[in-house]
Amino acid sequence: MLEIIVFSTLNGVLYGMVLFMLASGLTLIFSMMGVLNFAHASFYMLGAYFGFEIARRIGFWPAFFVAPILAGVVGALVERFGLRRVHKFGHVPELLFTFGLAFVIEEVVQMIWGKLPVDYRVPPSLDFTAFRLFDTTYPAYKMFMLLVAIGMFVALLLVLNKTRVGLIIQASLTHPNTVAMLGHDVPTIFMAVFGAGSALAGLAGVIAGPAFVTQPGMAAALGPILFVVIVVGGLGSLGGAFAASLLIGLVQTFAVAINGSLADIFGASAADWFGDLGTVTVAQIAPIIPYFLLVLVLIIKPTGLFGTRET
Amino acid sequence: MSALGKIAPWIILAILLAVAPFLFTSGTSRTMLSIMALSIIFALSYNMLLGQTGLLSFGHAVYYGLGGFVAIHAMNTIIRNKYAIPLPVIPLIGGAAGLFFGIVFGSVSTRRAGTVFSMISLGLGELVASSALILRTFFGGEEGITTNRSRLAPFLGYKFGPQIEVYYLIACWCFICILLMYAITRTPFGRMCNAVRENPERAEFVGYSARMVRFIAFSLSGLFAGIAGGLAALNFEIMNTQSIGAAQSGLVLLMTFVGGAATFIGPIIGAILITFLQITLSDITGAWLLYFGLLFIIVVMYSPGGIVGWLALHEPIYRVGQLGRLVPAYAINAIPLIVMIIGGILLIELAEWALVKAESDGPETSIFRIPMSTNSVLPWIAGVVLFFGGALALRRTWPLVQDAWGAALARLREQPA
Amino acid sequence: MRGLLASSFIALSVAAGSALAADTIKIAYIDPLSGGGASVGEVGLKHFQWLADQINASGGLIGKKLEILGLDNKTNPQESLVQAQKAIDQGAHFLTQGNGSSVAAALTEFAVKNNDRNPDKQVLYLNYAAVDPVLTNDKCNYWHFRWDANSDIKMQALTNYMKDRPNIKKVYLINQDYSFGESVRTTARKMLKEKRPDVQIVGDEKHPLLKITDFAPYVAKIKASGADTVITGNWGQDIALLLKAAADAGLQVDWYTYYAGGAGGPTAIKQSNIPDRVFAIVEGVPNDEPSDAQKLEEEYRSKFGGELRVGVWYPRVVNEVRMLAQAIKDANSDDAKAVAAKLEGMKFKTFMGGEGYMRKDDHQFFQDMYIANFGPMPAGAKFDEEKTGWGWKTQGIVKAKDTELPTTCKMDRPS
Repeated sequence: MLEIIVFSTLNGVLYGMVLFMLASGLTLIFSMMGVLNFAHASFYMLGAYFGFEIARRIGFWPAFFVAPILAGVVGALVERFGLRRVHKFGHVPELLFTFGLAFVIEEVVQMIWGKLPVDYRVPPSLDFTAFRLFDTTYPAYKMFMLLVAIGMFVALLLVLNKTRVGLIIQASLTHPNTVAMLGHDVPTIFMAVFGAGSALAGLAGVIAGPAFVTQPGMAAALGPILFVVIVVGGLGSLGGAFAASLLIGLVQTFAVAINGSLADIFGASAADWFGDLGTVTVAQIAPIIPYFLLVLVLIIKPTGLFGTRET
Repeated sequence: MSALGKIAPWIILAILLAVAPFLFTSGTSRTMLSIMALSIIFALSYNMLLGQTGLLSFGHAVYYGLGGFVAIHAMNTIIRNKYAIPLPVIPLIGGAAGLFFGIVFGSVSTRRAGTVFSMISLGLGELVASSALILRTFFGGEEGITTNRSRLAPFLGYKFGPQIEVYYLIACWCFICILLMYAITRTPFGRMCNAVRENPERAEFVGYSARMVRFIAFSLSGLFAGIAGGLAALNFEIMNTQSIGAAQSGLVLLMTFVGGAATFIGPIIGAILITFLQITLSDITGAWLLYFGLLFIIVVMYSPGGIVGWLALHEPIYRVGQLGRLVPAYAINAIPLIVMIIGGILLIELAEWALVKAESDGPETSIFRIPMSTNSVLPWIAGVVLFFGGALALRRTWPLVQDAWGAALARLREQPA
Repeated sequence: MRGLLASSFIALSVAAGSALAADTIKIAYIDPLSGGGASVGEVGLKHFQWLADQINASGGLIGKKLEILGLDNKTNPQESLVQAQKAIDQGAHFLTQGNGSSVAAALTEFAVKNNDRNPDKQVLYLNYAAVDPVLTNDKCNYWHFRWDANSDIKMQALTNYMKDRPNIKKVYLINQDYSFGESVRTTARKMLKEKRPDVQIVGDEKHPLLKITDFAPYVAKIKASGADTVITGNWGQDIALLLKAAADAGLQVDWYTYYAGGAGGPTAIKQSNIPDRVFAIVEGVPNDEPSDAQKLEEEYRSKFGGELRVGVWYPRVVNEVRMLAQAIKDANSDDAKAVAAKLEGMKFKTFMGGEGYMRKDDHQFFQDMYIANFGPMPAGAKFDEEKTGWGWKTQGIVKAKDTELPTTCKMDRPS
């Protein structure tokens, strides 16, 4: 029992941190530009595939640095030549543009790398067990992922709060017109933020690729959960995204461990009253619990747990 | 507009629907026409939300799918108990289910508009789609639920076995639904939907609750989506969880948007075009999904009003007789545009073959019925030249269109109002 | 007006597209050729094309050539019905499919309704991989034939092998939460109870289909239960990720699977470094094929295997096409009804050299089943999987007769 709790907590926190790496970039982009980037998980996928290619030819550590930059460059180009054009049509076309973009990126990835998972491996330098607890081992690579995620969060906080660039970005978040009037090149800032957000997603992809499967469907698998995180945490709030990522990561991981169902509470006749719902276990519905949360939060508090904006 | 002018489009529509299966007689064509007809209803119901009330939903397939499932269970119950309910009534049952779920889910979805609404629709859509695999008795699990439409009581002597009979049933429903949905846009309620889309705060000053307007629009849209689902149930005689999922929601969004959300006819054209592409494009190329995505992006970037929206831009010009000015400009621009498109397709097809199929099928292939090899440089160079050459030429000739438009608009402004 | 434009667009293309049926015998392959299932769908198509080439090279069938039509159903049942219609328009009498019991259910019902409503355009549905038992039980019909042992038969063979293994004491079941996974777990429970009542079932887990990216929590539960054996019907990424997570956590159990040999499976096993512990129930093991089959295996791998030298995944497709060819020759016609009459009850020598037969009662093909495990190969073995250097090794054979199960099928036979 204790074993399950300890490992579920570790795995839950890890999953939550990966979600946060993605959600942080998305929050930044959304806060700045009001664009809910449907294709954000696609940059995560691009990061994983770029990482795979570079790791295959040169090595994991070069991939670790270069792949996120590549993903960021692609993001910046998308913003400059695509999103900027659509910006003047309003928020709905922007959303739809990113929707179509997610599609196209997935298809192109499938064309280039094939439809099957690729063999993106944990680098040998990190391929050992970190510790052994209650007869179960925990891989060091996952500890590495945890470290990178925490490091990224700290770096983000520092940049936003302590540097000049961060100050300007924070100002653009709430008063873009004023910032423009002060002489800052707001479109370039937008492009830079979109690129940086995509780079963060790419970084998540580079390190998550070996641990989770690297395949063309990985963006579509993580995409909806990402939106749940953003909305539940609160649109535009970085701290909210952090809290929501951990919450959802932990909830999903723990739910899997629970085998209880309504039948356990109400007895065997639950099947008669509730039909299929009576015998379904919590573990079976674990992956859809986030959507319950989403709908609940949106009904009760549409600004999310920590957010202040609705759009 | 004269009385005849008002009725004429409906007569033409009725004639087209009646005559279509005799223009295209193969089994596949008739199946495709049936699917087009019910997709039209589905897309129009979606546009009640998107185009008319400004609500972008990512989970509309829920009402379509649930309508279909209820309809198919109803059919099986009727068959089992030998009730005297004929087949043509079944879509109504689907519609009732769509309306019911539209009301239930709408009550929570429509509290807010904008991004929050879209996110709720996404969450609900995923929720229902995921639950579908768990609630196995209703949704039939992986295999879905099947039925046999010719085992219901005959209607006017018809058992609706052959596809042509089913087509006419669907076409009748299509006509009725188009009529009804068009009528709704002409009512004060329809106008209020437009008002809520444009400026909800101001709309409330008129005295209507924006929330109630959205709620009713949502429920009605669920009703028609349910009818489309019921028709799908009797057309395919199988309902499966894929009809409820994100892919189906994305498809109706694609249809409506590419056709044109800003006009009434837009979704009709979009439904016809996308259904046609969906059924025939995959026979021609393996990269059809890529083309769909690119089509979507191009429409979003260059014509967010869709195909019909773009055509509708020309209406005032046509009315002052200035269309003649634009035609030569378009004709000249069409050439580099077509060249660019051909170049683009060539590159995509070459890439698709080289990356996906060449390993096992060899580098020889034929594109546009011209044999070529992905190993030789020539086709690639041709593709690049055509694409970039076309793009550069288009850049040069585009000002002609802008000038022509400028002149036409100037003429328009000169006209007395 | 705009509708007219669209309509004429359609007219031109469709009229141009409706092919005149040339004089060939057509098999319509209806499986995913784009999207998620395409990697598997394309392999199946290659099998059929390869076999058709062989038959045509030796003169074709009853004077006609065999032609394979590849139709993309995008793993969607409703889309499959449209593709089936296209196949019939092009003159095909034989539809074949395997990926997804959902599609299979739609196609088998379609075959019945089509043959009933259009007696001049009858078709047979040849099922090469959809293993839902219901297709040869409650939903059986005269026009459907299945060449893959259904999931109950596979479990029968598997449990017949397991009952003689005393080291199996505690079994954990983990399966995908849908009809196939459900049937695997219920049949496993039933058969284990009959054959080895001493075996304890210490866990019975259902997880959502193809949605889990991290199986670590599930592996933790398996660990906690103290199981020594895991039975799973998982396929695709669900088996690959499960094995990965197990390796990460250092879980030491035996895995009895259906689909560990699927795309990506061998790579995952090798990556997880668990030699000889993953078993699969299959109808063919490449290294134990008779020599004529091994020659064909080599030919397939060089021509179609691609970079990873993917092998003949579906010996049952070989059986299907060969038996169809035989039936057409025996009936001297490619008419669906005539061929069906020859197919049912047919005895045939399978790709692996064993004696197989198509049972008349339910149109299910019975063949020898092999329990193989995956690990380093003995010297002289020719075929490894996915360039890992490891291969499948036969650990047990269950003869066709011993895999038989009763059926509830009562099919309407045409007069």
